[in-house]
Amino acid sequence: MTPSPPVLSVTSLHKAYGDRVAVDGITFEVGRREVVGLLGPNGAGKSTTINMLLGVLEPTSGTIHIEGVDLASRRVQALERTNFAAVYAPLPGNLTVAQNLRVFGLIYGVKGLSARIEALLTQYDLQRFRDTKCGVLSSGEQTRVSLAKAMLNQPRLLLLDEPTASLDPATAVDIRDRIRAFARQGDSGVLWTSHNMYEVEAVCDRVLFMSRGRVLLQGDPKTLPGEHGHDTLEALFIAVANEPLALERHPAP
Amino acid sequence: MKASRIAGIALRQFYLYKGNFARVVPLFAFVAVDMVLWGFMTRYLNSVASHGHDFVPALLGAVLLWDFFARVMQGMTMGFFEDVWSRNFLNVFATPLTLAEYVSGLVLTSIVTSAIGLLVMLLLSSTVFGLSFATYGVMFVPFILILFLFGTALGILGSALVLRLGPAAEWFVWPIPSLLSPFVGVFYPLSTLPEWMRWVGRALPPSYVFEGVRTLAAGGEFPSAMLGWGVGLAVLDIVLAGLVFQWVYRYAVRTGLLARYSAESVN
Repeated sequence: MTPSPPVLSVTSLHKAYGDRVAVDGITFEVGRREVVGLLGPNGAGKSTTINMLLGVLEPTSGTIHIEGVDLASRRVQALERTNFAAVYAPLPGNLTVAQNLRVFGLIYGVKGLSARIEALLTQYDLQRFRDTKCGVLSSGEQTRVSLAKAMLNQPRLLLLDEPTASLDPATAVDIRDRIRAFARQGDSGVLWTSHNMYEVEAVCDRVLFMSRGRVLLQGDPKTLPGEHGHDTLEALFIAVANEPLALERHPAP
Repeated sequence: MKASRIAGIALRQFYLYKGNFARVVPLFAFVAVDMVLWGFMTRYLNSVASHGHDFVPALLGAVLLWDFFARVMQGMTMGFFEDVWSRNFLNVFATPLTLAEYVSGLVLTSIVTSAIGLLVMLLLSSTVFGLSFATYGVMFVPFILILFLFGTALGILGSALVLRLGPAAEWFVWPIPSLLSPFVGVFYPLSTLPEWMRWVGRALPPSYVFEGVRTLAAGGEFPSAMLGWGVGLAVLDIVLAGLVFQWVYRYAVRTGLLARYSAESVN
């Protein structure tokens, strides 16, 4: 039997704006039931990568396959398998929670939409906000709505760009647990960007460290710091941010 | 094209109107004011005209049709601007939605919103000011069709302009109907214009509608070939506007504009 393809396969992905290279030939995969952390300092190329994976930014070269479907040539089929939540992409604030879920449910072609919306309202503790406009919800509540929208089509690939940024610790733990549960119970994979290294260590099975558009390191977030002579993931992050060239010259053993 | 995705775009606009009375009122209030204003204007002109000329079908009818055209264009662009104002590009375009489905959803919205305005104008102009549509006969249908197609084309073009130049460029879009009105002869025959303006007018589909309105109001016969030109030009304009929107969208995806507009507010 042919093994099923990874949920995300990125090969030699490159994005340049004129002479400025934002993403420099990165290659990686996200497997099923895997949560992969995409880490790096500001300007490392994480959001550029996410935008290319979402089909809103065209790569200069390289390929993206979502469950084996080429994003460039079969955009609709690839994006039917994908969804995302990002702190900088809140849902329209002038629609209620239920209205937003219905609109995006239709756009994603969700079967049995009413039942799916009810299930998500319950799962994300949003029943009491169903008729509340999203714009008046707190940051934590808006994040839960964004996540509910991201789960509408039960995506094979879930992209999360700093989903817990600006949340209080209790809400952030709750959100992390939900995403972890999503990855464990299904056939999906999650690509997660965050600047909170404790969170990354708690949630991610594997991390990719990006700097200056390249993937410098990757591995288990629990063992990777030790492999590079650092005590914590945060110390490794700081080293990647400050001395990316040194890490490039001395890759992990 | 998938109907559910088109419905999703249209439903979003419906929810906005449903939840906000202040959005519904402008659909008919301004066109109603125009009908009242021009209705009384035509009455006055009828009373001072020495030869008993009836200005109602030529002037009030023309204002009605021009307002309808402006409503169609506005219905399209307002739908698009909602996504600009709510920074919703990323949410919308990072989905399986195709460009054709997105535009179709906006067209569907525009059909409903412009039909509301048209209905109010028809009621007011006919019941209060005695505008008889028998004057235009069946020609009223192609007149409406040409203006709807051209309004849609300009709505698509206006949206492309904002996508290319950024959210602040919406102020280029609002005055487009006013800029075109001198060229298409809403209130006067094209022959009134200097030669170069006449050439511009001949390239714009509404010119054929307003020439037709005046001809029929004067009791003449409007050649169907001229109407055919109007329809043909309007269809061509829709195709061209669609191609321009597609080109601008691809440019925005290639250069990162689409992702950037989601992150920046209107400036």
